Amino acid sequence: MFENLQDRLNDVFGQLTKRGHLTEADVDKALKEVRRALLEADVNFKLVKDFIERIRQKSVGIELSKSITPGQQVIKIVHDELLATLGEAAPLNLGGGSPHIIMMVGLQGSGKTTTTAKLALHLRKSKYTPLLVAADTRRPAAIEQLVVLGRELNIPVYTENPSVPPPTICANAIKAAKANAQNVVILDTSGRLQIDESLMEELSQIKAMTNPQEVLLVADSMTGQEAVKVAEGFHKQVNLTGLILTKIDGDARGGAAISIRSVTGIPIKFLGTGEKSRDLEVFHPDRLASRILGMGDVVSLVEKMEESIDEEVAERGAQRLMEGSFNLEDFLEQLQQLKKLGPLAKVMEMIPGMGEMAKSIPQGEVEKQLKATQAIINSMTGKERRNSKILNGSRKLRIATGSGTTVQEVNQLLSKFGQMQKMMKQFKNPRMRQNLMKMFGLGK
Amino acid sequence: MFKKLFGGKSITEALGGAKIKESLTRTRNSFFGQINTLFGGETIQPDLWDDLEALLIQADVGVDTTTELVEKVKDRVQLEGITRPAQAQAILQQEMQKLLEGFAPSAVEEYRILTVILIVGVNGSGKTTTIAKLAKLYQQQGKKVVIAAADTFRAAAIDQLKVWGERIDCPVVAGQPDSDPGAVVYDALKSSFARKANILIIDTAGRLHTKYNLMKELEKLHSIASKQVHAAPHETLLVLDGTTGQNAISQAKSFKESVQITGVILTKLDGTSKGGAVFAIGKELGVPVRFIGTGEGVDDLTLFDPPTFVSGLFAV
Repeated sequence: MFENLQDRLNDVFGQLTKRGHLTEADVDKALKEVRRALLEADVNFKLVKDFIERIRQKSVGIELSKSITPGQQVIKIVHDELLATLGEAAPLNLGGGSPHIIMMVGLQGSGKTTTTAKLALHLRKSKYTPLLVAADTRRPAAIEQLVVLGRELNIPVYTENPSVPPPTICANAIKAAKANAQNVVILDTSGRLQIDESLMEELSQIKAMTNPQEVLLVADSMTGQEAVKVAEGFHKQVNLTGLILTKIDGDARGGAAISIRSVTGIPIKFLGTGEKSRDLEVFHPDRLASRILGMGDVVSLVEKMEESIDEEVAERGAQRLMEGSFNLEDFLEQLQQLKKLGPLAKVMEMIPGMGEMAKSIPQGEVEKQLKATQAIINSMTGKERRNSKILNGSRKLRIATGSGTTVQEVNQLLSKFGQMQKMMKQFKNPRMRQNLMKMFGLGK
Repeated sequence: MFKKLFGGKSITEALGGAKIKESLTRTRNSFFGQINTLFGGETIQPDLWDDLEALLIQADVGVDTTTELVEKVKDRVQLEGITRPAQAQAILQQEMQKLLEGFAPSAVEEYRILTVILIVGVNGSGKTTTIAKLAKLYQQQGKKVVIAAADTFRAAAIDQLKVWGERIDCPVVAGQPDSDPGAVVYDALKSSFARKANILIIDTAGRLHTKYNLMKELEKLHSIASKQVHAAPHETLLVLDGTTGQNAISQAKSFKESVQITGVILTKLDGTSKGGAVFAIGKELGVPVRFIGTGEGVDDLTLFDPPTFVSGLFAV
């Protein structure tokens, strides 16, 4: 929905390439756009102010490069500064004696319970034996939720009657972990507001009774300007050691991460990237920085493709393409894969610089055409799909009637497919193939 | 402290917004309290506008909406020859209010045999809790309410709703975990007719608005309801976390495109969050706020009333 910062900056700088260096006026204009991008990404207002000041100092007077545009140069400065603020990914601190204690805290609905299960799975992959502790006695069925997740993952969950105070539950759970030789204990606490004094006091008690190595704040990547106050509140009470940013698989730009990191200094440890228990990722500063700047997210696109596309089918298609034996049956198979990605316009929005182009595609137009193409191929017999040459007038008429299209549309599809095949025949030529591979940065 | 300084008269009492007022006390003290100091002087100072902009942005109102609001007030101040900050404040209040009002009343109020309310939203926005509150609210109005637990995806979501159902004595129609939510909706509609219920509230699984397949599933639920009951769902309400920043607009836009949301329920306003994004949602998408959630208790839901909301925010 937001314009790309890169496009906006290029717009600001326009013909600037000819001058030797960036003047203060140029920079001011550009910084206005940077400020806007950061605010739209929910970076805290006061931080944006400081941030812009630092970038101003670094930008004024820089030599303009011949190879990249001034817009790109400023973006590079902003990007670097963001990277510096975000810091490096930090691993979990699991030092000290066993069991290691991890305490999860956060607002209601930030994703603590789901993240607790994800973290346990992550740790088990690294040969730990985790125990989950259902210390959220307040939300109805929160205990059941953790029990269900534990059962799915085959990870034990410690529960007690909801009438037992959470600090007691946590302390008992650690005793149980010791008895059962479980070496990591993850405490799932209730969601609470950072201004709720009695509940914040309860967190302090849990901390005092369990002495955790890690106190992780679970924060929603969609959080707005409040992120600073929330993080400060929790940090003051229980001394946070790390942040997990959740729901990053949406389209929130995640500026809250910058805010939280800046005011507390705690490192960002993981990102929650989906609803499934395996959807937890070690934090990558560069990806988050690009995202905050709204510079498209190619990595996410690739992930989305990996998620929705059956690799085997895609590979088979590619293989047949290379062999030059790609027929309508293969084409249909690939089309069905493409459809799983969702509307083309949405996919294009994720590619840097394609946002504008995506807007020019009429809603649903491409999808309608894909559907028609699919209907046509579906109305063919297997023989016809494998060898489109046998399609004569009467066969075409049958196909058109069967697919609710016209003979003309069938012909159009066939002629396009014919051209495609011709082009693909050239892939058979090893030299052509090599050139093509080079074009995509593959091969030698 | 502000009360002493500005000798506040309680506008909210006259408007009957004691609850909103109470729940927004913190918000007011931390943020709009500052607005009152801004507007407290004798003459309008030039940095008033910058400070105002800063405050609105920090309330998640968003860059565009803030800029427009500030420009509008500035223009009117000049045009109407206003010199006192208090008058400028009244104008700001009017302009902010304008973005939230002028919408048709909730379709729930119209008479029909069965009213269907579909509740949608991203994960963790507070749908399930809000549904319990909403059911209670309508029960108190003498309506017979049924809840459909169509969140068959999240672990224990059905249990969560069942616990609430018991607490407020409201029937909950549910299926098995991981079963087809469409079937649950269908069963719930049939059950509502059999029970002669007035209102059916459908809980759906939280989904990020960028997930194509999940949004398609939601469209399916929407169409199942519309096939069984004329013009259903009569209200499709987006539950929006008041802590959410600018992404709220993207959420509202996507849910509007796929299931034509007719309103917003703004939750978690008992914290320090301001929910300023609703101004942009009203302005750009024409979607009204219907209720606000102000706590974890089953009674912590209030009808949203723009004048009360805005005056409540400004009142000292």
